[in-house]
Amino acid sequence: MSQTLTENPVVTINAPQPATGERPGLTRKEIVADHPTWCPGCGDFSVLALYFKLIEKRKLWHEKITTISGIGCSSRFPYFVQAHGAHFIHGRALPFASGVSLSRPDLHVFAFSGDGDAFSIGGNHFTHTARKNIKMTLVVMDNQVYGLTKKQTSPTSPLGFKSKTDIWGAVDYPINPAKQAIAVGASFVARTSASNPNHVLATMEAAMDHDGFSFVHCLSECVEFYEGAFDSANPRKGGVFNEVPKNHDVTDEMAAYKLASADFPGNFGVLYKVNKPTKNAKEAEINASFQSKFTGLKDWQILQKTFDKMK
Amino acid sequence: MSDTLTGAPTAGGAKKVSRINEVVIRIAGNSQDGIQAIGGFLARLAGRSEQEVMTFMTIPSTISGGPSIFQVRIGSGEVLTAGDDADVLLAFYQHSYEGHINSLKKKGIVLYDSDHVVPKPEWEGDYRHVGIPISSLTVEAIGGTAKDKGKNIYSLGLIAKMFDLNVPKLEKLLGERFTGKDPSILNNALAAFHAGYANSPSNLLETFQLADSQKHGVQQVVMNGNEAIGYGLIAAGVRFGAGYPITPWTDIMELLRRELPKYGGSFIQCEDEIASVSMALGASFAGRVSVTGSSGPGIALKTEAIGWAVMAEMPLVVINVQRGGPSTGMPTNIEQSDLNIAINGGHGDAPRVVLAPANVEDCFYMAIEAVNIARKYSTPVFFLTDQGIATRIEAFGQPDLEKVCQDITPDFTPVATHKPYDLAAKDGVTQHVKPGTRILDGKYPIATGLEHDEYGHPSGSPKVHMLQNAKRRKKLQALGATLPLPKIYGPSEGNVLLVGWGSTEGPIKEAVDRSRAAGDSVSAIHLRHVNPLPNGLENIFSGFNHVFVVEMNDEGLYGYGQLGAVLRARYCDPKIQGINKTDGLTWKVKEIIELVKNKARK
Ligand SMILES: Cc1ncc(C[n+]2csc(CCOP(=O)(O)OP(=O)(O)O)c2C)c(N)n1
Ligand code: SF4
Ligand SMILES: [Mg+2]
Repeated sequence: MSQTLTENPVVTINAPQPATGERPGLTRKEIVADHPTWCPGCGDFSVLALYFKLIEKRKLWHEKITTISGIGCSSRFPYFVQAHGAHFIHGRALPFASGVSLSRPDLHVFAFSGDGDAFSIGGNHFTHTARKNIKMTLVVMDNQVYGLTKKQTSPTSPLGFKSKTDIWGAVDYPINPAKQAIAVGASFVARTSASNPNHVLATMEAAMDHDGFSFVHCLSECVEFYEGAFDSANPRKGGVFNEVPKNHDVTDEMAAYKLASADFPGNFGVLYKVNKPTKNAKEAEINASFQSKFTGLKDWQILQKTFDKMK
Repeated sequence: MSDTLTGAPTAGGAKKVSRINEVVIRIAGNSQDGIQAIGGFLARLAGRSEQEVMTFMTIPSTISGGPSIFQVRIGSGEVLTAGDDADVLLAFYQHSYEGHINSLKKKGIVLYDSDHVVPKPEWEGDYRHVGIPISSLTVEAIGGTAKDKGKNIYSLGLIAKMFDLNVPKLEKLLGERFTGKDPSILNNALAAFHAGYANSPSNLLETFQLADSQKHGVQQVVMNGNEAIGYGLIAAGVRFGAGYPITPWTDIMELLRRELPKYGGSFIQCEDEIASVSMALGASFAGRVSVTGSSGPGIALKTEAIGWAVMAEMPLVVINVQRGGPSTGMPTNIEQSDLNIAINGGHGDAPRVVLAPANVEDCFYMAIEAVNIARKYSTPVFFLTDQGIATRIEAFGQPDLEKVCQDITPDFTPVATHKPYDLAAKDGVTQHVKPGTRILDGKYPIATGLEHDEYGHPSGSPKVHMLQNAKRRKKLQALGATLPLPKIYGPSEGNVLLVGWGSTEGPIKEAVDRSRAAGDSVSAIHLRHVNPLPNGLENIFSGFNHVFVVEMNDEGLYGYGQLGAVLRARYCDPKIQGINKTDGLTWKVKEIIELVKNKARK
């Protein structure tokens, strides 16, 4: 299949089309790549397993999904998925993924990130990717600690968390990712927890189907450096997993913000979801209006017209 | 140069018409006076008349205006630089007059706005002073409110008269420039122009005529270096880019933002330079080589991601319009001090390609070359220009666009198997298959910044690291072997060989011409491929007693500029010496000649 990028690289389509015809969807075996290097018991295993399930369930093909990440334990993700992927630099997965999304409307772009990657070094990109509403799904596997670099304070570490950079307990106020996402204009904001597999799958699926920037804040425990961090959200550990109330209006920004402000562990599910034009669609619209003035002309002829004015 | 311009006016009041081969006009005022516009009109007129033209301008670093100049040199023969000294100075203010009279040749003409400038008696013997109340005459011509807006066009009329320029062509240019706007704007412009043209100052008894040019036979296009790069990238098939504004790079991103939609492409303004390079790399990864660019500090911000591009072997074009550094430095001045960051910037062993166009025409064609090298060798390519070439307007033969424009639409044909980092590949040259491509053996690659095996999966093996380092090195060595040796300007043996790179080609060539005319043995080469270098330069160097590397950067801790140090390291030849300066201005020909003389004497 040869896709012409010149024609209309910036076009919004809905979620990736499921495989049709004689080609069956992928089996789990076909999607699995390297054996994950995570510590046994790490919450990230569950997120990976559910990503595989999503691919199976929605019959996505290898070549149609692109898995992109920055740096961190969680960001090792692409190596474990048998599909085109990129392991980029710390904090910059979102702009990289934006480059893929804006130039390849035929792909679905998934970015996986950690709390440090997304909200500390990559904080500015989180803001701008969200406000531009670039079509992709970002899953942040939040363990409230720097895993890969072995237990430093992260921007989501709660006050008092004893890390190697705050041996007396964290003193900086943590950020609230869902509140931040709503405030900067993300059009889809959801919370889930790796300890609740069905909920993770349903949330990722809803995120994938959203036409815009979809942000999934996923609690994912680091058993090595912050064991028990999310027990209060896990009924099996004596906690509560409160879903977003049935009567919550996901298009009500103030209501969503309020829900997101609840004390930890808060509410899980889709907090906010609005449909507004994506940057992909807006750029495509700009292109269409320009290109309509040059219908039938080859690229060199369009450039010739410009050069004729420079004589 | 144009000796006739400095002759005395004829007695008796009859107007004398002198034939000249070229003229250098410097217009000095404030940036809001629209002096760039006059220069632009003159340059485009020259292009349409198949004359050679080169311009030089300074831009103030503050928005609210401030002193600014535009110098244009128009010639019937080859024009290599914007000229060391001017034949005519047009001065709008006292500060323009006093600040630029030194750049006027002795006996040159200073045309000044007598509403603002009081001439100094001590200068009246050295320069021919012609005072014209430009401001009040402009008001008279087009009315009070337009006062500051029209005096540039009024002055254009004066210059047109003085140099017997082609009025219909200028009127056409004015018409094109003010097209689509309120018709009264064009009418005002024409009124101001004709008022200036009709004014024949009583003390200017001479007009000049430029000799007919040697016809080129091809139509000329007129543009500056930044525009040439933008259009070169479009011709090369680039359809995606990302950037963040910074002078003097910004023009390129504005141009691409505006133009790419016509071709179905996009240029994205990002939140910072790190996002820009990352987004461009994402688009390159997605299938089609993309562009990012910046100047000064913005380049520094991109270095980590460029290191990723080296490691992941991702094609990318990085435009660096150099300016004075370090840090915010001299934002609107000219310097060639980013060669080190271009070749080595970032951590680790990270070989990449560095190209440096020598003139505006080169900016167009080398942008295409940069794209093709990036694609073929799957590598980031630095494209080094500078503030001088960015804003310099030149006329050059219109490219054959049908031939030059290329379609680089990616191919998504399924492949049986794929190793993006295949160690057995000839010369280490590999390419990525793009996302969207089916790989039939079911093994999909990862583009990665970790050291990796042939599929892109992490490897900590020392052996793999050495082999992949060698792969990344060997492919650039293979590129180096294909590069042509630069042509020697002047004889291939002699006393002094000048070596230049980037925007300094013009003044270096002119320095060679003038030195040789004075009996000195000087030749020059100009390097356009800076990393890797072409092979065999040592054979050129062996023909000379001295090899002087002429650069607009500091002589460094050990006495060599940035290219000088590279050549020293490669050739270990003590006759390689540096000729450097960092005054923020383009080389004057006479500066080079002086420094060469001093150095060769030692
Ligand atoms: C520019 C840069 N700075 C620092 C690092 C070191 N580093 C790697 S991962 C990381 C933090 C990871 O934390 P998080 O994003 O929460 O991911 P986790 O490992 O917890 O999944 C840091 C500081 C780096 N790779 N690059
Ligand atoms: S260190 Fe923590 S986050 Fe990293 S793999 Fe181990 S458990 Fe998971
Ligand atoms: Mg973390």
